[in-house]
Amino acid sequence: MLKNSSSHYGLVSVVLHWLVALTVFGLFGVGFWMVDLSYYSEWYRTAPYWHKSVGILLAVAMLLRVLWRFFSPPPTALASHKSWEKRTSAVVQFCLYLGIFMLVLSGYLISTEDGRPIAVFTWFEVPALGALFANQADIAGLVHEYVAYSLIALAVLHGLAALKHHFIDKDNTLKRMFGRKP
Amino acid sequence: MKKLLLAASMAAMMAIPAQAADYVIDTQGAHAFVQFKISHLGYSWLYGRFNTFSGDFSYDADKLEASKIQLTIDTNSVDSNHAERDKHLRSGDFLNVSKHPKATFVSTKVVPKAGDTFDLHGNLTLNGVTKEVVIAAEKLGEGKDPWGGYRAGFAGTTTLTLKDFAINTDLGPASATVQLDLTVEGIRK
Repeated sequence: MLKNSSSHYGLVSVVLHWLVALTVFGLFGVGFWMVDLSYYSEWYRTAPYWHKSVGILLAVAMLLRVLWRFFSPPPTALASHKSWEKRTSAVVQFCLYLGIFMLVLSGYLISTEDGRPIAVFTWFEVPALGALFANQADIAGLVHEYVAYSLIALAVLHGLAALKHHFIDKDNTLKRMFGRKP
Repeated sequence: MKKLLLAASMAAMMAIPAQAADYVIDTQGAHAFVQFKISHLGYSWLYGRFNTFSGDFSYDADKLEASKIQLTIDTNSVDSNHAERDKHLRSGDFLNVSKHPKATFVSTKVVPKAGDTFDLHGNLTLNGVTKEVVIAAEKLGEGKDPWGGYRAGFAGTTTLTLKDFAINTDLGPASATVQLDLTVEGIRK
């Protein structure tokens, strides 16, 4: 089943969810590490190149995810979920989406201030819009940094909440995210 | 009579010996440049410049050693034609511009040399570190401009060791020093 039903996630949502999760943590790790690479490190050029390429691909995946939500809405919350849990998880999930888009946008603004496009591996380039405001690279860099830390904190919270449902509430919240029928 | 008076006063004016004149560096018309070049890996040059700076000098062709110059550079305006590199140059790894937004040069001594050349001694403050440097300078020319003003132009160059100014990022053995090239055109005040 590719599409979501009212009670379970379809393959598309499941795959996109875990792919994005893996990519976000991967990009965070690489980003955290690459900013302190020495000039003579063999990764000095490669790591940012991959970070940017994967970041753009993440943006594409996220756009697909948002579109997919309209085409195939996620299942309704489990009946056992309390209303504060539903509200909180909705806010956290919205912020996760927002955070990823803010990261992509701020990352784009850092690299494109001078009008250079962003190469996505050797496949294609994302054209630059140039400098849109003063101190663009610096401001976007700060936003990128703070949003990245906030996003990871939220993602950890999101994950802990899933584990709480699995181990403490012993419900199907986490299992559902692997595509199993409850 | 009037003519005579005029002639006399003009003669008197001309008899006054040339005095040290004050000039403002023509940043308005961008006829002044603060540029640098540093070796890239030992294979080629990387050029950059500071786009925003201001300063003035006093200069007397007959009494060169009495000349003075002061220059203030906005380090945030560093431009090497690459946004990511400029961001890196502004960071704590290099110019630390949020902490040290200004670099200054204030001359202390002028030592005339052969022809139009001279050594310009002064204190350079960069990245919060003040150090005496000597700029090998040369007068390029002076005279009236076509718009009723009077201009004088100079060029100078000096080599800075990055570590001396607490810039400790290792760019490799060929890139331990950076050459600073200044070209200033002053408009007489």
